[in-house]
Amino acid sequence: MKRFSWFNATSLTLGFVFLYMPMIILVIYSFNASKLVTVWAGFSTKWYVELFHNEDFLAAAVVTLKVAVVSSTFATVLGTMAAYVLVRQGRFHGRTLFSGMIYAPLVMPEVITGLSLLLLFIGIGLDRGIVTIILAHTTFAMCYVSVVVSSRLTTFDHSLEEAALDLGCSPFEAFRLVTLPIIAPAIISGWLLAFTLSLDDLVIASFTSGPSATTLPIKIFSAVRLGVSPEINALSTIMIGIVTVGVVSASLITKRAAVKRARDEQSAERS
Amino acid sequence: MASAPRSSGIKHASTAFAPWEDPDAKPLIQFKNVTKKFGDFTAIDDLTIDIYQREFFALLGPSGCGKTTLMRMLAGFENPTRGQILLGGQDIVAVPPNKRPVNMMFQSYALFPHLSVWDNIAFGLRRDKLDQDKIEERVAEMLRLTRLEQFAKRKPHQISGGQRQRVALARSLAKAPKLLLLDEPLGALDKKLRNETQFELMDIQEKTGTTFVIVTHDQEEAMTVASRVAVMDHGKMIQVDTPAGIYEAPNSVYVADFIGDVNIVEGNATVQGDRVHISFAEGADPIITAFDQPISDGQRVSYAIRPEKISVDREPLADRANHVRGKIEDIGYLGDVSTYHVRLPSGGLISALMTNSRRLARRDFTWDDEVWLSWTDTAGVLLTK
Amino acid sequence: MRRLILIAVPYLWLVALFLIPFLIVLKISLSDVALARPPYFPQLDLAEGWAGIKAFLSELDFENFVFLSTDDLYWKAYLSSLQIAVVSTLLTLLVAYPIAYAMARAADEWRPTLLMLVILPFWTSFLIRVYSWMGILSTEGVLNRFLMWTGIISEPLILLNTKIAVYIGIVYTYLPFMILPIYSALEKLDESLLEAAEDLGCSRLQAFWLITFPLSRNGIVAGCFLVFIPAIGEFVIPSLLGGSGTLMIGKVLWEEFFSNRDWPVASAVAIILLLILIIPIILFQRNEQKAREAGR
Repeated sequence: MKRFSWFNATSLTLGFVFLYMPMIILVIYSFNASKLVTVWAGFSTKWYVELFHNEDFLAAAVVTLKVAVVSSTFATVLGTMAAYVLVRQGRFHGRTLFSGMIYAPLVMPEVITGLSLLLLFIGIGLDRGIVTIILAHTTFAMCYVSVVVSSRLTTFDHSLEEAALDLGCSPFEAFRLVTLPIIAPAIISGWLLAFTLSLDDLVIASFTSGPSATTLPIKIFSAVRLGVSPEINALSTIMIGIVTVGVVSASLITKRAAVKRARDEQSAERS
Repeated sequence: MASAPRSSGIKHASTAFAPWEDPDAKPLIQFKNVTKKFGDFTAIDDLTIDIYQREFFALLGPSGCGKTTLMRMLAGFENPTRGQILLGGQDIVAVPPNKRPVNMMFQSYALFPHLSVWDNIAFGLRRDKLDQDKIEERVAEMLRLTRLEQFAKRKPHQISGGQRQRVALARSLAKAPKLLLLDEPLGALDKKLRNETQFELMDIQEKTGTTFVIVTHDQEEAMTVASRVAVMDHGKMIQVDTPAGIYEAPNSVYVADFIGDVNIVEGNATVQGDRVHISFAEGADPIITAFDQPISDGQRVSYAIRPEKISVDREPLADRANHVRGKIEDIGYLGDVSTYHVRLPSGGLISALMTNSRRLARRDFTWDDEVWLSWTDTAGVLLTK
Repeated sequence: MRRLILIAVPYLWLVALFLIPFLIVLKISLSDVALARPPYFPQLDLAEGWAGIKAFLSELDFENFVFLSTDDLYWKAYLSSLQIAVVSTLLTLLVAYPIAYAMARAADEWRPTLLMLVILPFWTSFLIRVYSWMGILSTEGVLNRFLMWTGIISEPLILLNTKIAVYIGIVYTYLPFMILPIYSALEKLDESLLEAAEDLGCSRLQAFWLITFPLSRNGIVAGCFLVFIPAIGEFVIPSLLGGSGTLMIGKVLWEEFFSNRDWPVASAVAIILLLILIIPIILFQRNEQKAREAGR
């Protein structure tokens, strides 16, 4: 019997109120007709209309999406390779340095990562813009991807790869036909993580972006520095909405798959 | 009983399947002075062995004895540190696993979870670039052999453990390998299913004529399925013989103790004609036994006798060479048989096994009864190792 | 050959875009500020060969670090960052533990949903989550209006642009990082251990202190590091919620770089920030290592 008491119920309720209240308030105030965020002046969608007419925001959103798609794809490829090297390739010269370089960016303060990349780009004379942001995001996101993928690879039954070799696959075929399809969910979540990190990033993008390319977080940051703005509330609401739909549907899909799998396994044992 | 061809008894009839006794027979697999080290750890220690075509060869031993390493060297997943491994006379050490005519059934089955039963079985055939209809024909044959026809479209998680085991077998047999390696093939099944599957495995081995090498830690399983059993310990072969040979004529205390129940008595030997007398306790009559190895007087020896070779009676049996008096300390009732633990006056404990041919109420002995244990002079084995 | 490519590609990428940039920071932190572009001196001139390298090395010095240690702005910023990180880590632990505990004790069919609800904010923009508190904490904000409406206070509290706001911001944004490791430690806890403890004479509270709490230690330690390490170098939260009065080292670095354009000093600040972080990072790795070994 689980010990579920009023104490647990209270902490859960208060905890989730704390986690969600600020976002709910933000969503509510995005429909406020008044420009003064603190006064409720009736329901209106005018901030959304204004947002969609704000060329600056739209341009920044396009840049952000481009950066996120490209950098998360690169990061997924590189991160998966790195994970495979770490988990499967055994010892080689400089392995310690390699795993250090994978884990260090995860704990490195963003200000330092951003600063160091900026100094590099200036040093080699690379003009700052969308390319430099992509390079920067790929680098730090690949480390996250490699952590996600390598944690899947370590629980991966090594004998599956051996079975593929035993049945006549070359090592590369074994990876393509067996390993890759099985770790695909981890690679996809790695990609999603990289994508979100890139969408989200303010600090590193601020260091590595130039006048030619501004991302949405940079725009938002410079707008909200001056105070609360209803347009940003509207933008936030849209972003929160997309994430919520995404996360909730992903969790429903995995839950349904898990239920189906459990049912299959049960009926298999009975037959 | 559908069974792999195999000999029974210590001396083999000439018609029995026993290529290892034929000096002209060419072994399929030869290990020549193979040593495998993992860092400082020696997994296989200067091991030499021949395995013949159509054999069902069992590698038996506790975990860490090197049996899995031996098998993985055959599959090509490990390379020997020293020595040669020959398959059909050719050194295969340099051949990668995907180029060897050897297939393996993995302990975890290693079924590809994203592929159906049919695709799992076809996996190896596809690698050989066979024609589609050839593949279909062969997969159908394998499904028939393993009675999996109606599960062809299912994924591995949609079938039971026993069915998964058969898919793994079908997949590894599909390429018609010269040699099939089975790593604890029945380890994941429950006892009842395991017994059924053992006979099925022997049946399939006979039908396909493939050479099987099985790794197991379950001595009963090894005894049931194998034509020969190799008992391993610390990277060395202790004894290689038929199941009956291993059981009835163990060559060491280790083997005697590892296979089945056994009473081990230590004592000093005295040769008296064609028999050896072993005095094992002050004031007790010596044990009289036949022997087949040179023994010197006063040598310290071990004597191994199986419980079922010892008879428990009120009076000593006149036709047996050995008699010992003792008191019943414990009775283990197992239904078909009972084990009697008899305490000797010298303090030693001997277990004896009697068939319960009568119902419980009419059984002869109970706790603390004084009884006589009797056995012949050929029932036990004299061991010097 | 394939193996070589497989290793070389991510390896070289990280050397080029992580290791080398880091070495550049190290180098610039030892250089002098100059009115040039790039605004620091000396420049390494490889064309002059070995003599160039020697000349370059002789120009490097610890001047920037000496400067940092003499100007108490930096001392204060480092100490204040440490203090804010420690306090907010402890606050996060206090908030997270009951939530994680209640989640682990919730019915099986509820747990995936609860877990999703904790993870969801993590996928939401960090910036937006911090921003959402600006509207709540301001003098005219939702919280003050609510408190005045209930009559608890008569004058609005000044919350925004104070350390309190920074604490709230850190607790709020890093809460999932604390909940998840504690939850996964508590979830593994065998219920029969508590029953055994009670059977042996513990009260429920004693059973919690003697069994549950020690067994969730690994999760607590992991969670604390996951909050503490990023909190020290935090930039967004102090700049949006902390106002000009809150000193944090991430913010100082940003300002040195963007406002004062003093690259050598910014680099030196970065190096010292890293030195401060090395100890908790190593401790964290040790803890993870131990947890992994214990898990086997």
